Amino acid sequence: MHFPKELKYTKTHEWIRFTEENKAYIGITDFAQDQLGDLVFVNLPEEGDALTAGESFADVESVKAVSDVNSPVTGTVLQVNEALQDAPEKMNEAPYEAWFVLAGDITDTEELMDAEAYEAYAASEG
Amino acid sequence: MKLIFEQSAAGRGTAYLPEIDVPQTAPDFKGRETPLRLPELSEIQVDRHYTALAKETRGVNGGFYPLGSCTMKYNPALLEDAAAQPGFRDVHPLQPDAAAQGCLEVMRKAEAYLAEITGMDAVTLQPAAGAHGEFTGLLLIKAYHRARGDGERTKILVPDSAHGTNPASAAMAGFEVVNIPSDGKGYVDLQALKAAVGPDTAGLMLTNPNTVGLFDPNIAEITKAVHEAGGLNYYDGANLNAIMGIVRPGDMGFDVVHVNLHKTFATPHGGGGPGSGPVGCKDFLRGFLPGIRIAEEDGMLRRKEAEARIGDVRSFGSNFLVAVKALTYMMILGREGIPETAAGAVLNANYLMHRVKDLYPMAFDETCMHEFVMTLEALKEETGVSALDLAKALIDHGIHPPTMYFPLIVHEALMVEPTETEPRETLDQAADTFRAVMEAARQHPEEAHLAPLTTRVSRPDEVKAARKPVIRYDFDHPMD
Repeated sequence: MHFPKELKYTKTHEWIRFTEENKAYIGITDFAQDQLGDLVFVNLPEEGDALTAGESFADVESVKAVSDVNSPVTGTVLQVNEALQDAPEKMNEAPYEAWFVLAGDITDTEELMDAEAYEAYAASEG
Repeated sequence: MKLIFEQSAAGRGTAYLPEIDVPQTAPDFKGRETPLRLPELSEIQVDRHYTALAKETRGVNGGFYPLGSCTMKYNPALLEDAAAQPGFRDVHPLQPDAAAQGCLEVMRKAEAYLAEITGMDAVTLQPAAGAHGEFTGLLLIKAYHRARGDGERTKILVPDSAHGTNPASAAMAGFEVVNIPSDGKGYVDLQALKAAVGPDTAGLMLTNPNTVGLFDPNIAEITKAVHEAGGLNYYDGANLNAIMGIVRPGDMGFDVVHVNLHKTFATPHGGGGPGSGPVGCKDFLRGFLPGIRIAEEDGMLRRKEAEARIGDVRSFGSNFLVAVKALTYMMILGREGIPETAAGAVLNANYLMHRVKDLYPMAFDETCMHEFVMTLEALKEETGVSALDLAKALIDHGIHPPTMYFPLIVHEALMVEPTETEPRETLDQAADTFRAVMEAARQHPEEAHLAPLTTRVSRPDEVKAARKPVIRYDFDHPMD
């Protein structure tokens, strides 16, 4: 299991990658996909939808259960990774490439952890 | 196979009723403007259509069905005989009490026996399913706190190994759900529970034996912790089959229970239903019970209502014929047979577990109750073959897949519940099949993803089926 250093992480197991223009890619972590098992479906928001830090903006379905995915930021959905809908297994295979949305207009952020802190947190959850 | 609508030919319908030859009443009645588009077939076509459908189904009558947590036991034919008695079959719920004395006696007896088995003081037969029973039981807990003038108790504690219906029912009943973690052995984490209970605790929902098939040895301490905090204990009767007649939820400290007649008491599941999830409670909750209460007055049984009832959770008294079947089952078994049944369920599960556990790692390797949970995490990591793949492979060998991916705390889980109704020969055959399927998966992992090969459809798109089900015939766009 790996947790790239350049990403930030939430307690609800999302990763976030900030770009230079105060935008951010959001996805679920390696730990999340491992806990959920084989993912078979993702329900994504639409472009222009509002995001609220700490609130659900998408849901994923695995062979086990349906789970909410929370937004680490308050902002707006600029872009949606539609390709994920046809290939939900990408979330298992390459969780840090399988981004859900690109967020912009970011005005607020959840409490985030760096890779080291998240790794310790995930170990205590597992 | 063609749909029944696709077999329809205009004018072929079978009319047994003569043309109407009296004046129609209700002249102001506004009927349909266009007739119903019912399929028109001859009787033999209809018979063959449903016979063909029946052959496509899978039941306990068709073979081993070890669907964990569902208690797919055989339903004795005598139960159907009892339910088919004209006096039971043809009764109407609006018949006066005097004309339904036998039926009321059946209900009273069924309630009393279920109360005896669960250690409760009163039972309602009204809830129509297990989850419906959970909802009803939680409303009793809510009514109890409300009647005491305590509006602060808004939380229901549910262990993380619980059936998904528990948190769902609690949410439906207007409670906030608090998740209690389990310890390394699948038991309720006592420290976490004690830290979670407080003046906002309405109650705890618990299955015991729990969903990994183990009897929680701390049960008395668990229920006591909730009671001391002022909450009530709810027993999810899903796994009652392992303990009935041996230990009673009421003696473990539970205040409310539901039982699944279709599991423990051998009435049909699903398509053979309807279901029934009676709820039992301790004396201090009796006044809140929904449905009809039966009392004897002047030598006659009468239908009454409890004084502080929560309101009906469905129309009329119960799915009565299911109660007839369950009562018949309890009477066949009797006081000796009921604990023997539970012991048989536990013996069969342990026997099968021991015959496969060198190839199938157990999630918790100890003596189990009526079911056991295997984890195929290592197989998945080493070969890419998942629990789903193995479950599908079993279909090709005539075995209904075990429950998959439950409980959520176990990865790549397969949950097996053979029930007491299977003879040793079936268990041996099943063990051989489980072993052969595992060996084949290890030798040819790529082929494991292809199973099943013997069914009409190999692997349906389950996500699409759940999210975009086609459940209505579209006349304008018939399916090809």
